[in-house]
Amino acid sequence: MPAVLEIEGLRKTYKSRRRGTRNALDGFDMRVEAGQVHGFLGPNGSGKTTTLRTLLGLIRPNGGRMALLGHEVPAALPTVAGQVGAIVESPQFFPHFSARDTLSLLAGAGDVPATRIDEVLELVGLRDRAGERVKTYSLGMKQRLAVASALLKNPKLLILDEPANGLDPGGIREMRTLMRNLAESGMTVVLSSHILGEIQLICDSVTIISLGRRVAFGPVEQVLAQHSSGAVRVRLEAVTDLPVATEALTGAEIRVTGHPDHLMLTGVDKPATVTRLLAERGLYVSELAPVAVDLESVFLELTATAPVPGQHRQVDQSATVGGAGQPGATGGGWGA
Amino acid sequence: MSLYRTELRRLAKRRFSRWMTVLGLLVLATVMIGVFFSNQKIDASALAKAERQAEQQYQEQVRWSEQERLACERAKTDGTVDPNRFPADCSVITPPPREAIESRWFLPSTFDFRENFGFTLLPFAAILALVGFVVGASFVGAEWSTGGMMNLLLWRPKRLTVLLAKLSALLTGVLAVALPAAVLWFGGFWLVAVYRGSTEKVTSGVWQSFALTGLRGIVLALLMATVGFALASLGRHTAMALGGAIAVMVVGQFGLAILLDMAGVRFAEAWLLPTYAVAWMQKKVTLEDWEACNATFTGECRPATFDVTWQQSSVLLGVGLVVILGAALWAMRRRDIS
Ligand SMILES: Nc1ncnc2c1ncn2[C@@H]1O[C@H](COP(=O)(O)OP(=O)(O)O)[C@@H](O)[C@H]1O
Ligand SMILES: [Mg+2]
Repeated sequence: MPAVLEIEGLRKTYKSRRRGTRNALDGFDMRVEAGQVHGFLGPNGSGKTTTLRTLLGLIRPNGGRMALLGHEVPAALPTVAGQVGAIVESPQFFPHFSARDTLSLLAGAGDVPATRIDEVLELVGLRDRAGERVKTYSLGMKQRLAVASALLKNPKLLILDEPANGLDPGGIREMRTLMRNLAESGMTVVLSSHILGEIQLICDSVTIISLGRRVAFGPVEQVLAQHSSGAVRVRLEAVTDLPVATEALTGAEIRVTGHPDHLMLTGVDKPATVTRLLAERGLYVSELAPVAVDLESVFLELTATAPVPGQHRQVDQSATVGGAGQPGATGGGWGA
Repeated sequence: MSLYRTELRRLAKRRFSRWMTVLGLLVLATVMIGVFFSNQKIDASALAKAERQAEQQYQEQVRWSEQERLACERAKTDGTVDPNRFPADCSVITPPPREAIESRWFLPSTFDFRENFGFTLLPFAAILALVGFVVGASFVGAEWSTGGMMNLLLWRPKRLTVLLAKLSALLTGVLAVALPAAVLWFGGFWLVAVYRGSTEKVTSGVWQSFALTGLRGIVLALLMATVGFALASLGRHTAMALGGAIAVMVVGQFGLAILLDMAGVRFAEAWLLPTYAVAWMQKKVTLEDWEACNATFTGECRPATFDVTWQQSSVLLGVGLVVILGAALWAMRRRDIS
């Protein structure tokens, strides 16, 4: 599949007289294929917004290459801009214009037909409030307007920086449906977020960034599989049979941890093996459940931002996988 | 082209630009109405009345000097002369000659188009320039500070094109207000002259000179609008331009004026910007230095003079414009937008 977005070795250094230099992006790589909903994950301050700003020509990188829809940017940005809809960081609009005026001015600047304005207002659910001044909108409504403005050109690639910010649960769900529909209509969607449940529900693939570097990427299931240890929970009809079961399973080179009412197994490639082994001994399984890993635990593990009791984690205390080594090259590559 | 049209639409939609324009036009109208009511037409009866008043004043002077002379003589005979009050010789107390009291002084003020219209173009240009500066600064400053500029650049990622389209729209807007305003100003004061003064001796040469002055006024307004725009774009905030302007005026100009004065610098006004704006409008400003007295044959004191011409002004204003606008464009090209 062709890549819609490619970033290689992107570097951005912020220099400040007092605080010295800060590598907001430190050799960051990213690749998004056409037709996907791609999640761009990372803790606060990891460089998501910086990446998107650089990609869209708002800030200059210190190194690396980027391409959008097969064109090198920022050089080809004027050509591809018509096919890329984006919101970066929290949405900001001139507060005294109405949503309709705001969109109409953007449409005018981009040669988009005026009929499209009503379509996008309808899509994001702002139809009935479009005549009111943006100043009077709630954060969620501004967020919807931002999404509307990004959709206005009917882009091939839609880039949204933290679109769920400020949305109510209903709004988040609507946004989710909207993205899925857009992806089905052939649009590629890149979604930055730190809300992981969200990403797991709607994304086909993810890139996880920490301290300006990529720490994992690939289809969601693959990233999860890399980090699920193949753990399975087993319950039997009679608790008294647990020791026999332990013996049988250990014999088949499965690691077993005993618990009063169940067993935890690790190193199982197929749960069916477990059923077969136990059935051979006349033991009947009442529950056999692979223990699900969710993206959140993978994220916390990879970025080392899981809370530690008694410590207050500071924003820049996250980790890059494998220290200074090559992330992704270890562990057989995260599904590259 | 679509960008330029959109920016024009944005400018017209902005309430701030609408209100500032209305306010500016109201001030101009007030000036004109004020001039209308503070002037009168001079007809025969007004002339006669002035004549009478002059005569009356002369008579009063005669009476008063007569009284004083009598008082002086009486004091002389009494021997109680106050040397501070009376001269030694009482006969020097005489009334002024009749010609010294001119009836012209008693005429009400009148608006002579040829004589007076030229001066009204100065406040006209000043008010337009002020409105242009403020509207120009707010037009781009608010875009920067509310994130509108960033949004727009996501749409049209050509920074200079975007900024120049905005500037062109602004200048078009200023022209669209200034040209009709100038026509109304000329027409309005012509009417003031017709009803409250005279329109005599207004030759085509006079018209031409006024038209050129008006044109220079509009150029000044365009220039100030551009400067306000460029400063606000540099500082990414309306307040930067306004604050910058106030800082320049207060510290740079008042402060400088006081310093120059204390240091006893000759022709201190030559260092102050408004002098150049006025020179631009009036073609020439003659500064005078009363400390340096060039005695003439008649024994009169003539101050040393220094001319600031409109050519000098145009060089200064031009260089200032190029530097400020150049800096704004350069910063627009180079900087990170976040
Ligand atoms: N204009 C700036 N000047 C200095 N440092 C910045 C600037 N913008 C961002 N940074 C720093 O770069 C890092 C990445 O920021 P950002 O990309 O905004 O993170 P996030 O992933 O939360 O969007 C942070 O440490 C932030 O402090
Ligand atoms: Mg961010």
